[in-house]
Formats: sequence, structure tokens, C-alpha cells
Amino acid sequence: MKYLYYPGCSLEGTAREYDISTRAFMTAMGADLAEIEGWTCCGASAAEAVSELLTLVLPARNLALAEGMAPAGRDILVPCSACYLNLRRVEEKARVSHALKERINEALAVEDLVYHGRTRTRHLLDVVSRDLGAAGIARRVVRPLSGIRVAPYYGCQCLRPYTVFDDPEAPRSMEPLIAAAGADLHAWTMGGRCCGASHMNTKMEVGLKLVGAILEAARGADVVVTVCPMCQMNLDAYQRQVARQTGVDSTMTILYLPQLLGLAIGLSPEDLRLDLNLALTGAFLEKLERTATAA
Amino acid sequence: MALAEKTAIDLGTMPEEAAALAEIRAMVQPCIQCGTCTGSCPNEFAMDLTPRHMWRLVLLGLAEEVLASRTFSLCSACYMCTLRCPRGLPLTEAIGRLKQLAARRHLPHLRSGDLFYRNFIASVRRHGRVREMEFMGLYFAQMMNPWLPLRYAGMGGRLMRRGKVALQLPSRGSGRLVKLFEKVAEMENRS
Ligand code: SF4
Ligand code: SF4
Repeated sequence: MKYLYYPGCSLEGTAREYDISTRAFMTAMGADLAEIEGWTCCGASAAEAVSELLTLVLPARNLALAEGMAPAGRDILVPCSACYLNLRRVEEKARVSHALKERINEALAVEDLVYHGRTRTRHLLDVVSRDLGAAGIARRVVRPLSGIRVAPYYGCQCLRPYTVFDDPEAPRSMEPLIAAAGADLHAWTMGGRCCGASHMNTKMEVGLKLVGAILEAARGADVVVTVCPMCQMNLDAYQRQVARQTGVDSTMTILYLPQLLGLAIGLSPEDLRLDLNLALTGAFLEKLERTATAA
Repeated sequence: MALAEKTAIDLGTMPEEAAALAEIRAMVQPCIQCGTCTGSCPNEFAMDLTPRHMWRLVLLGLAEEVLASRTFSLCSACYMCTLRCPRGLPLTEAIGRLKQLAARRHLPHLRSGDLFYRNFIASVRRHGRVREMEFMGLYFAQMMNPWLPLRYAGMGGRLMRRGKVALQLPSRGSGRLVKLFEKVAEMENRS
């Protein structure tokens, strides 16, 4: 299992533990990740608010670099949902419009790059659930997370608008993975509900409402699991502000999916950098402790 | 005042704006005003126009009313309306176009989003990758809203203690994208 790897800017900064745990988990599962050399920002959610062409050219630059590294084609693994959508959008649009591809290539020519349209960008959740698979993970579990109740949070852009590996309205792809890890499922309907994305930076009152509703619905779970640095940051960094606004304690542990699965296959909290997560409750850590002694 | 005057510029008096608007209108032309988009939107509670109403105004050519609203700037690109629209319209993308149109005008009521995105993109242009601390600093400084950073102070401290923002130095492979940005600007001005 060989993949090209596009970490994206957040994974070098506020979401370092997502980068580290993705690499650690995937490598432990036998996958080989080659980081795209010289990658640059995909434009995040900002390019779309500024320029249509930039929204396509910034991701396309990275796709062209990826093609240069694997001319025969190799899947590009992307852990960030916003990066994933930006890269994928270029693939989808260039496939149906030759004129668009030409326009992109006209811009890329200033860097002597060409995008041919041979890449395939895949979200981490897609790769984990379909390439590794729940059965493949279950075979490697040495520390079943018994008694830990997990709320799977998918967010938006790994599900929509491109329907690739899951139901875009009622996603379930994480459920077999949670079961494989030996954990319990917190069944809820908020898994695909928007966290507000960058509203926390520009319209905080609105962002707090959306995040508050998600944390509220997560009550009863021990941990919420995410697959996107923006979702993670929104859910774990603003819990105090949410509590101040709603008057209800909304303390909740938020982990990235490879952190949770990594624990189950025996990686240590240090390997997975749980110390970098902003919200880890004592109750969660106690339960985790118990799974270690049981194993 | 200068900013207020700027917003009064009539749409359509600038040819590139008229063209952009015509494109947006064409994107939502088949709308049947069913309201599914409104019912699907997680941000609808904070909007002044409902999404359905906004599309109606776009179709009627009343773009000034649309741009004076907060509705499109409150879209968090969740793609739920795009997924569910019975006419299969690219609604989130059309909203992206409205955001671009607004960004070119620097509308004062959308100032925070406008500055946020412009600083973000400026950081990408300079470094190739985003240095979150740098662009957040610029953003706060330009908002000139002294209590604003305080709302983030607690979080900033926690991020810094974990070394999450201090490590944002240009890393291997991240180059400046100035040439590419200039080319894109040239192509956009040409069309
Ligand atoms: S869901 Fe589609 S057809 Fe219905 S009102 Fe919204 S844009 Fe129009
Ligand atoms: S994509 Fe935007 S407008 Fe559409 S439902 Fe989501 S937040 Fe609302």
C-alpha cells in the first residue's frame, strides 16, 4: 500500500498531532507514505472567497508535483477535509472540461509544471475504511478500547459534494472502525452536521451555536472522533466559550481518528501525541488507563 | 464615508461585475423556489435573507439587495443545499462567486471575513504555506478591534504551550508563490 501524502498547512501547525498520528498509524498498518515534495497551500477556504482561478490553480500545483513523483499514478492521501475537497475538485472539474485544464496549465507554466489529470485524491477516512478496512484493523488490535463510547464526527467536506465512500446525509463509515477498535458507538445524528468551518474566526457567535449543538448531542460519549483539523479545532478549542454561552458544561475529549485507532493497535499516547490535544478529560484518561491494564 | 460611497456603486455599471452576475444567475436559473436549501442550511438562523429568498433576488437581478445582506457570507460551505437541491444546482459554488464579487468591493459590513481571507491569501503568496500566527496577527491588527484578540487569548496560550504556533516557520519545500499569483491575476484581468 503506497500513497503520496499531502499533509496541508494545518498539519504543520495547529494540527501537528493529526500529521504525526496519521503517519504513525498508517505506517504501523503497513502503508508507505511519500510526502509530496515542495507542496504548497491548497487555498483552504480562503481562495474561494477571493478568486475562482486561484481556487483551482493552488491545488493543481500540488497535483502536478504529485504526478511528477509518480508518473504511473498513485493515490494521494489527504487527512484534511478542506484540502481533500480542494484537490479533488480540480480532478473532477478538469476531467469534464478540457478548456479548464488548459487554463490551469497556462498558469502552472510559469513554474514549468503540467497537470495531466492522472491523479486520484483520497481522504484519509476513505483509505482507512476501504483500503485498510475494519477487518484488517481488527486483526491488529492489541488493546481493545472496551467501555469507551465514541461519537463519530465526519463534518462536511469529506462527504459532500463528492459522494465517494459514504452516505453524504447519514454517514456510517466510522462505525465498523470503532467496533474493530473494541469501543462502543455513541449513536447520534450530528455526525455530518457542519461545525461552522472558519466562522469561529470571522463570526464567532454563529460558530459557537453550531459547535454547542454538536457538543450537546455528544453528551454521554467519552470521546468525539474527527477527521479534519478545522472540525477538531472548532470542537476542542472553544469548549469554555460554549459553556459560557450556554451555561452548560460541555467538556469533551476530542481525538483524531488515527489517534483512537492507533491506541487500539498498541501505539502509545506519546507516539500519537495526545499531549497536543487541547481537550482531554480526566474521565477519558481513566477509562483509557483501564484498557491498558486489561490488555 | 469613502467605504459607504464605494458600496453605492451600481452593479452592472462595472462590466466585469455584470458578467460575473450573469454567470451566477445562469447557475441558479432552474430554481423552482422549493425552499429545500433554506431547510437544509445550518446557518439559516443567523441569516437576514433565507437562501431561497436570496436565489429569488439573484434571479430577479436584485443583486444590490443580495450584496447588502449577510446571507452569503454566512455560508460555511457544508454543501448540504447543493446535495439536496431537487434541481441539482451548484449552490455552494454560486455562493462562492458571490463572495468573490463582494470581496472585490470590500463591503464594510463584511469586513471581518474580507480581511481574514485577504490576510490568509497574502500569507500563502509570501510563504507558499500558511503561517497561522502571522496571518492571525495581521488580521487582528487590521480589524482594530482591541478586545477581539482577547476572545482568542486563552486558546492562543494553549496553542503556544503545545508549540503549535511557534513552529510555523517556512519549512522545507515551501516556496514563494508570487509568480503564480501574478500569472493568475494577469489571466483574470484579461478575461
Ligand atoms: S433547493 Fe434548489 S430549487 Fe429549491 S429553492 Fe433552493 S435553489 Fe431553488
Ligand atoms: S453550503 Fe452554505 S448555504 Fe448551503 S446549506 Fe451549507 S452553509 Fe447553507
